[in-house]
Amino acid sequence: MTSDAVGVVAATTLASGVEFVEALTIVLAMGTTRGWRSTLIGVGAALAALAVITALAGYALRSWLPEALLQLIVGSLLLIFGLQWLRKAILRAAGLKALHDEEDAFREEVQAARAAGEERRLGLDWFAFVVSFKGVFLEGLEIVFIVITFGLNADSIALATVGAAIGGVIVLAAGLALHKPLARVPENTIKFVVGLLLSTFGTFWAIEGLGWFGPDDASLRWPGGDAALLVLLAAWCALAWATVRLLAPRARQEVA
Amino acid sequence: MRFARGFARFWWDFIVGDDWRIAAGVVTVLAAGALLVADTSAPDGVVAALVAVGIVAVAIGSIVASALRDRPR
Repeated sequence: MTSDAVGVVAATTLASGVEFVEALTIVLAMGTTRGWRSTLIGVGAALAALAVITALAGYALRSWLPEALLQLIVGSLLLIFGLQWLRKAILRAAGLKALHDEEDAFREEVQAARAAGEERRLGLDWFAFVVSFKGVFLEGLEIVFIVITFGLNADSIALATVGAAIGGVIVLAAGLALHKPLARVPENTIKFVVGLLLSTFGTFWAIEGLGWFGPDDASLRWPGGDAALLVLLAAWCALAWATVRLLAPRARQEVA
Repeated sequence: MRFARGFARFWWDFIVGDDWRIAAGVVTVLAAGALLVADTSAPDGVVAALVAVGIVAVAIGSIVASALRDRPR
C-alpha cells in the first residue's frame, strides 16, 4: 500500500467515524422518542442521497478537469477544510474552546423530539423523518467531501469509500450495541488527527496543482516525491504541538 | 431568492466555516504561488517550500487570532 493509499483509508475512516458519532446521536434521539420506522427511513433516504452526490460529483470532476487543475481545486478545498478542523482541535486541546458533549446534544435532541407535534405525511412521522434525514445528510456531506477529494487525488474513490464505510460501520455497530450516544469516543483527538491528515494532503495536492499555471500544465513535483507527505505531516504535528503548549497556560491563567 | 441566499449561505458555512481568514489566506498564498509558477522559472522545490511556509503562516495567524478572541471554557 502506498503512503497515498494509507492516508486515504486512515483519513476517511477517522473522519467518517467522528461524523457518524454526531449523526448517531441525532438518530438515537429520534428513534427512542418518536419510533424507529420513520427515523430509519430518514437515515436510508439520506444515505441514498449522499451516494448519488458522491457518484455524480466524483464522475463530473474526474471527467471535466485536467489533472493539475483538479489537484489545485480539491487540494485547496481540502486544505481550507483541514485547517478549520485543526484550528478548532488545537483551541479545544488548549482549553480555549468547549469540547463537544455528545450526552448534552442527545438530551437537547430528545427534548426537541418530545416537544414537537404530531404531523404525518406519506405515512411517516414527519418530524422524525426530517430530523434524522437532515442529521445524517449534513454530517454525511462532510464525509462525502472528504471521500471525493481524497478519492480523486489518490485516484481511488473506491478506496476512500471503503475507508468511510469502515468508520460508519464501526460507529453504527457500537451505537446499536450500546443503544446510547457514544459519549466516550475521544472526539477531539480524532478530529485532531483528521485535521492533521487533511492539512497534510491538502498542502501537498494544492501545491502540486499550481503546476497548472506553468508552461506545460503539468503538476509541480515535490522534492522527494510522496516522501514529502511525511515531512509535511511532521511539520503540521510540530506546529499543532507547539501552539497547544503555548496557548494552554494562557487558558489556565484566564480561568484562574 | 430566499432559496439562493440559503444555498449560498450553506456552502459558505460548509467550506469557509467560522474563520474566513483561513480561506482568504490560503487563496492569497496559492495565488502568489501561481504567479511564481507562471512568471518565473523558479524550481518546483523552491515554489513548494515557499508556498508551504506561507500556508503554515496562515494557519498560525488564524490560530493566534482565534486564541486572542475566544475566552477559555
